[in-house]
Amino acid sequence: MEGQKVAVRITVNGTVRTAMVEPRTLLVHFLRDGLGLTGTHVGCDTSQCGACTVLLNGEAVKSCTVLAVQADGAEVTTVEGLGSLDALHPVQAGFWEKHGLQCGFCTPGVMMAAVALLKENPNPTEEEIREGLEGVLCRCTGYQNIVRAIQYAAKQLASEAEPSEQVAAAGGDA
Amino acid sequence: MASVLGTAVKRREDPRLITGRGRYTDDVQLPGMLYACILRSPHAHARIKRIDVSQAKAAPGVVAVFTGQDLVGRMGTIPTAWLPPDSGIRTTAHPALAVDRVRYVGDGVAMVVAEDRYQARDAVDLIRVEYEVLPAVVDQEEALSEGAPQVHDDAPGNLAFHWKAGNATDEVFAQAEVVVRQRFRQQRLIPNPMEPRSAVADFNASTGELTMWLTSQNPHIHRLLLSGILGIPEHKLRVVAVDVGGGFGAKIACYPDEALVGFAALQLGRPVKWTEDRRENFMATTHGRDMILDVEFAGRRDGTFTAIRVKNIANMGAYLSTAAPGVPTILFGLIVPGPYRIPYAGVDVRGVFTNTTPTDAYRGAGRPEATYLLERMVDLFAREIGMDPVEVRRRNLIPADAFPYNTAMGLQYDSGNYEEALDKALAMLGYEKFREEQEKLRAEGRYLGVGVTTYVEICGLGPSQVAGAVGFQGGLWESATVRVHPSGKVTAFTGTSPHGQGEETTFAQIVSAKLGVPVEDVEVVHGDTHRIAMGWGTYGSRTTPVGGSALAVAADRVVEKAKKIAAHMLEVAEEDVVFADGVFAVQGAPSRRATFQEVALQAYLAWNLPAGVEPALEGSAFYDPTNFVYPFGTHICVVEVLPDTGEVKILRYIAVDDPGPVINPMIAEGQVHGGIVQGIGQALWEGALYDEQGQLVSGTFMDYAMPKARFFPAFETAFTETPSPHTPLGVKGIGETGTIAATPTVVNAVMDALAHLGVRDIDMPLTPERVWRAIRDGRDGA
Repeated sequence: MEGQKVAVRITVNGTVRTAMVEPRTLLVHFLRDGLGLTGTHVGCDTSQCGACTVLLNGEAVKSCTVLAVQADGAEVTTVEGLGSLDALHPVQAGFWEKHGLQCGFCTPGVMMAAVALLKENPNPTEEEIREGLEGVLCRCTGYQNIVRAIQYAAKQLASEAEPSEQVAAAGGDA
Repeated sequence: MASVLGTAVKRREDPRLITGRGRYTDDVQLPGMLYACILRSPHAHARIKRIDVSQAKAAPGVVAVFTGQDLVGRMGTIPTAWLPPDSGIRTTAHPALAVDRVRYVGDGVAMVVAEDRYQARDAVDLIRVEYEVLPAVVDQEEALSEGAPQVHDDAPGNLAFHWKAGNATDEVFAQAEVVVRQRFRQQRLIPNPMEPRSAVADFNASTGELTMWLTSQNPHIHRLLLSGILGIPEHKLRVVAVDVGGGFGAKIACYPDEALVGFAALQLGRPVKWTEDRRENFMATTHGRDMILDVEFAGRRDGTFTAIRVKNIANMGAYLSTAAPGVPTILFGLIVPGPYRIPYAGVDVRGVFTNTTPTDAYRGAGRPEATYLLERMVDLFAREIGMDPVEVRRRNLIPADAFPYNTAMGLQYDSGNYEEALDKALAMLGYEKFREEQEKLRAEGRYLGVGVTTYVEICGLGPSQVAGAVGFQGGLWESATVRVHPSGKVTAFTGTSPHGQGEETTFAQIVSAKLGVPVEDVEVVHGDTHRIAMGWGTYGSRTTPVGGSALAVAADRVVEKAKKIAAHMLEVAEEDVVFADGVFAVQGAPSRRATFQEVALQAYLAWNLPAGVEPALEGSAFYDPTNFVYPFGTHICVVEVLPDTGEVKILRYIAVDDPGPVINPMIAEGQVHGGIVQGIGQALWEGALYDEQGQLVSGTFMDYAMPKARFFPAFETAFTETPSPHTPLGVKGIGETGTIAATPTVVNAVMDALAHLGVRDIDMPLTPERVWRAIRDGRDGA
């Protein structure tokens, strides 16, 4: 039932947002209905499908299973904060490049899960990517192009990190 | 300029979807919007004795509560739109909320409308319903038996329809050299698009216009049906379904819930949103398959097939959903002979009411079920006569020079080269080598198996005259408009309604290729009944063969008119103008030219047009196909069955599909991938289960096994391209091939792996437990 509202202060995509919420308000509803950030989707409300995955202090969480009050004081990144059209995050670029989405509904959550996966394991094998997608469901793609998209992103991220390594490697070879 | 057709243009719909700027129905937020929540029956079959909504009405934020009684006389009932002919079909009344009886777990009982989502949900819990629980019937065969609980008083014996077709007689089977018989159970599946169903309705009393955002595969069909249910004329009803999160058939139907949302918005004068949760999706969104199939298959010892006939008992659930009766009859029955020369075929289909969620189309809709039984029977027949299953298929495939080919079920297959696809797939596998390896490994106690499916499907629905003849209460033609703007940029409108299939891209490619303008200059518009005159939507792999053809014809009409204007500009006769790569040039004097864009501008300026030519540059088409299209192919799967656990591991999956000329190979491949995974899902993991009381016990993602990424290896896909002779671009369809072919391919592979143990059949899904038991017993599993 309705409870007394409490204040939360959550940094969402770099902007501090304060609001009064019911203690039972789910983070995903705070994002979608409260802030109008509708890129994060609800596919099951029972934390199986992963469509609602966001980053909470850099870690992938299912925002249908986190209360807004639990995110008080935390930093949340949603798909809207991942990258912009003129500066796509490598994971977004990979999904576009490799046809990693069809209907696009699970995509924001899958991309956020992929960001967390690559942070943990920057150079995953195909098998590790497939294992790493355990927490998300996609009904359209058959996953193969999601795997390719994440492989593409891993390469991009590696080459972004490369220049300094290249210098070191060149020094070593010379 | 190279044609943009056949190239992997990156998807035009992706930028908004990968940045979180898509606009799915639940994303729509309107000022003053209310939220609806539906109370659903917890019983499969019960009489409603009393409903007390007083507490719910008094709850915080509640604006209205509606029960079935409140709707009587104020809102129409939910219609069925496919009535197979000569089937004695009984369409029983389907009120949007149950009035006196609930007929399945999930049947709507009341709707609460409140200021926010949480308040609506809270208030639903405050509604008190007194039920008198009645005996329920879940299984369709039991429902037909004497003394079974009756789902509808006006459908005695629970028989919804009985449809027969074909030419296979008892005599044919009596005279056959070999007859193989088998019963198959097509288990019930739950489509589970990742986006739940949702509706937002906004009524503007001053204009009398109702706008509805819907999770729809066919917004114009929804407009037509909702117009009747709600009593709003079609020109005052706008249905919008631009971004839709997958459908797989489950978003074709006209549901009670969406109609209720429209009704509430009309009554309350405020916008209303409703979105089902996943539990509701499991209970109250249509299911698929659920057929009991008794098959007889006849042939000769030399491997020749002679006849097939099937008795199908199809579970229709508690009500006949919108397109449901067409699925186990027309879409199933007509394709039973598949890609083979089988002179005699017959089907006998009984549609049965039960106390379960209504079934309707699910990806492939009828064709996967038919292909499954056929391909399983071919393998059983091959085993019976001791012939290799590939060899027996090869002997019976319709040869490439036999097209157009008239089948025993009355279809005319338009084109095909079935053996080419078979050979290509076998070469990708190295079939002979695999057989040697299989034998070697079997000696080591490892059970490997291969399944090979050769299939043909019927899609591109379809010629309107045929649609009428088979009882579909609509046309299946398609509309398109190609509107060229003064600058030469183009907006292309289609009556199909893609929801993940990528036609914003492939249709731009078609128009770009026709007009010779850059693909970036073409914008595709779909999913809005106020922007598009009419359309029949996206299902049955019809979008590209029918909708794409409509666009091609419309674009041709643009070129035709532009050519007249160009000839006038160039001061030559029309016959002397050639059009290529976006340039009109004088035959033999290529320097005298006008670009498509220059002609477009002149068409709009209209200062100096040839006599009899109207200003502006636009072409429309209402394209009605002359036949269906018949994609085909060969799928091969290699599995290893682990004898200790019964687990099935997919080692390789090869798909060679022929959708005609491929417009965008990247998108086409993606369609195949997704289809394969859904097909394998049915073979190995997915299945809806009811207990005897009619409770759905597989009602969450914890209980219903959805395929995950780690279950699969990378698929190996390829295409052959045999054009359809009757579509303007030769294109066929690719959306359902994977689902149609994959299920029997995997099951045949498992049966092949266990053949040496004498296992002939295991009911799907082939869970480790079932497989393990079959291995242990060395016989059929159930």
